[in-house]
Amino acid sequence: MTAAFDEMNGMGDGVRMPYQAIAEWLGTQKLDDLKQKLVEAETLFRRTGITFAVYGSQEAAERLIPFDIIPRILSAHEWRRLTGGIEQRVRALNAFMYDIYHRQEIIKAGRIPEELVIANSAFVPEMIGAEPPLGIYSHIIGIDIVRTSENDFFVLEDNTRTPSGVSYMIENRETMMHMFPDLFAKNRVAPVENYPDHLLKTLESVAPKGLDREPTIALLTPGQYNSAYFEHSFLADQMGVELVEGHDLVVLDGALHMKTTQGPRQVDVLYRRIDDDFLDPLVFRPDSVLGVPGLFDLYRAGRVTIVNAPGAGIADDKAIYSYIPEIIKFYTGNAPILQNVPTYNCRNKDDLGYVLDNLAKLVVKEVHGSGGYGMLVGPAASRDEIAAFRAKLEAQPENYIGQPTLALSTCPTLVETGVAPRHLDLRPFVLYGDRVRLASGGLTRVALKPGSLVVNSSQGGGTKDTWVLQD
Amino acid sequence: MLGRTANDLYWLARYVERAENMARLIEVGYRIALLPRNGAGYHDEEWRSTLASAGCAQGYFAKHEALTTRDVINYLLFDCNNSSSVKACLSAARCNGRAQRTALTRDMWESLNGAWIEFGNIKPVGVTASELPRILDWVRSRSALYRGALLNTILRNDTFFFSQLGTFLERADNTARILDVKYYVLLPELEMVGGGVDNVQWGAILRSVSAHRSYRWVYKQNYKPWRIAEYLILNQAMPRSLRSCYDEIAVALDQLAGLYGDRFACHDTAGATQKTLANGDINRIFQSGLHEFLEDFISRNNRLGSEIAESYHFNA
Repeated sequence: MTAAFDEMNGMGDGVRMPYQAIAEWLGTQKLDDLKQKLVEAETLFRRTGITFAVYGSQEAAERLIPFDIIPRILSAHEWRRLTGGIEQRVRALNAFMYDIYHRQEIIKAGRIPEELVIANSAFVPEMIGAEPPLGIYSHIIGIDIVRTSENDFFVLEDNTRTPSGVSYMIENRETMMHMFPDLFAKNRVAPVENYPDHLLKTLESVAPKGLDREPTIALLTPGQYNSAYFEHSFLADQMGVELVEGHDLVVLDGALHMKTTQGPRQVDVLYRRIDDDFLDPLVFRPDSVLGVPGLFDLYRAGRVTIVNAPGAGIADDKAIYSYIPEIIKFYTGNAPILQNVPTYNCRNKDDLGYVLDNLAKLVVKEVHGSGGYGMLVGPAASRDEIAAFRAKLEAQPENYIGQPTLALSTCPTLVETGVAPRHLDLRPFVLYGDRVRLASGGLTRVALKPGSLVVNSSQGGGTKDTWVLQD
Repeated sequence: MLGRTANDLYWLARYVERAENMARLIEVGYRIALLPRNGAGYHDEEWRSTLASAGCAQGYFAKHEALTTRDVINYLLFDCNNSSSVKACLSAARCNGRAQRTALTRDMWESLNGAWIEFGNIKPVGVTASELPRILDWVRSRSALYRGALLNTILRNDTFFFSQLGTFLERADNTARILDVKYYVLLPELEMVGGGVDNVQWGAILRSVSAHRSYRWVYKQNYKPWRIAEYLILNQAMPRSLRSCYDEIAVALDQLAGLYGDRFACHDTAGATQKTLANGDINRIFQSGLHEFLEDFISRNNRLGSEIAESYHFNA
């Protein structure tokens, strides 16, 4: 197996430009000192409360997402190449969503099978004909990108529903600046702390039309027992908007209101961090207590804006993913700037045949899975695991997609024995309202087990500070 | 702010105050438990008073048959089923703080979170006789840290006003209960009887509200039961007196009225109580009955809490 491309050392032919200063610095550090810094970082995180309770866990203490103190660094040039592709993708995805909830031209043109969209559980028929402000469905998108060589980047996944992790991006930077101020003096790192500002501007730009005052914005959280709660309260705090739960909201006089100490107060834009299913018990899941009865009708009437819009999940469905190059071509008239990973849709007989024949070489994922659960990493799996997965595949082929295992790039990471390479990905966060706004860098997720390709925090992955160097 | 936010801030303040008061009560009870035994059941009775002052008697006796120092202290410090235990209070305060992160300043949050984390590391088994005073001191210092962070950093808006209401309603309730549980020790007739036991009791009452030394600065004489009652009910300078608490409560309610532009039933109730205390005379209170006065006060204090919750939509 060929060695992976290392972000710092390339293919072993010398330290790459963006890492020069850091490599020098690392060379002067003792392992024990670095480990001590790591303990400091974790204490800071705990004090700030960037912790979460794991669902179904017996532990009394809350968990931290492991943080690695060695930053992942991109040059200004590398970043610029990514941003063009990211922006193209975000516009195309939203154009796709507008189309399939209106005239469905792309289906009529035969570029996507109809049932893949209409029969998709992420497709929300109640959104047909809705007119979201600016025609945007997904205002906040997290695009998962991996790298396999100096110049090859692939989009692994688009997260168009309720992507999370942006608070880690900001807090990681805070922590690094607190612990290593001298590193920031020596490297010109683009700031990320303006994200909440951009988010607020984005939310304001999609307020319902005809409002004769400043829009009132609220952030809807399922509550403090949700594993992403810290991020919800962090963003609300940074933007200066109210953090609400379902029972704080009520529909009155044809508008959404929150229950304040002075009585009901109107809300114009709701940034919701709960799934579509739980938004409105009168329309979706009737047993939901996280949402607001009547909210969806208000939304259809244009009396309140919901971010991201209901039904935006159709664009981040893994079955649709393989059609994204087609989607980009259809709506922009241009070839995709950023590549997709070659994907086999097991609902197609030919693709299924290929996947079954090559299970040991492929990564097979559930179409509706997330968090790295329910997937098979062929090269790392035992014969029994492969056999068990084969059975699942044959039983429900339409539930799976297969992709070649990519040799994800690695980056030096502080582990028990010292500094060692670990695989990582990158999740830039994109905001789309009156303009496309991109945080410089994003969240880097790193697999902490040697050789592991699974970076999800729910499976033990960690995060790194991501630097985009300025020219 | 959301009604739920006001509710959470009010109760957060109450829990922090409650934790501090509990630590003080335990300290007093423990101190008496260290005194030479004076007749069978003497120390038992002291713990009985402690439990009554803390409103924990029923809960304790549902779990334990006998009163032992170890069991009472464990119940008041660590028992998760006791909603007023120090552990429960610190957890609830932290939980409310987490739910209302956006309303707290960083210093306030870190003091709550830090206290909860540290207390989680203290195990009942580790609380020996020599450890106990240190732990109780620690609880009081954490409460002071939170209060200090709040007073130093919070914006003087509704966040502050609701927090103040929580602190002072809880404090008033606490002082009143301590007095009421031992009211019979404060009756004027006892001054004649005097004696070592009563002096210990009077000292205990004053210690429970951190007033055993300040009393002498104010009154320049030995403990006299009716002076103690006056000190803790009517004295304006004493920060834990019922009068002081209601002065703060009235200010906070006035400021809320100024901020929101409306007055409610709670304003009238608080105003009436404040006036009664400002014009109060300890002799008249004894004449109509100290116990009756305190019972009435506690009940009106509770009612004020409900009225505040209703007026400001705590549970809309």
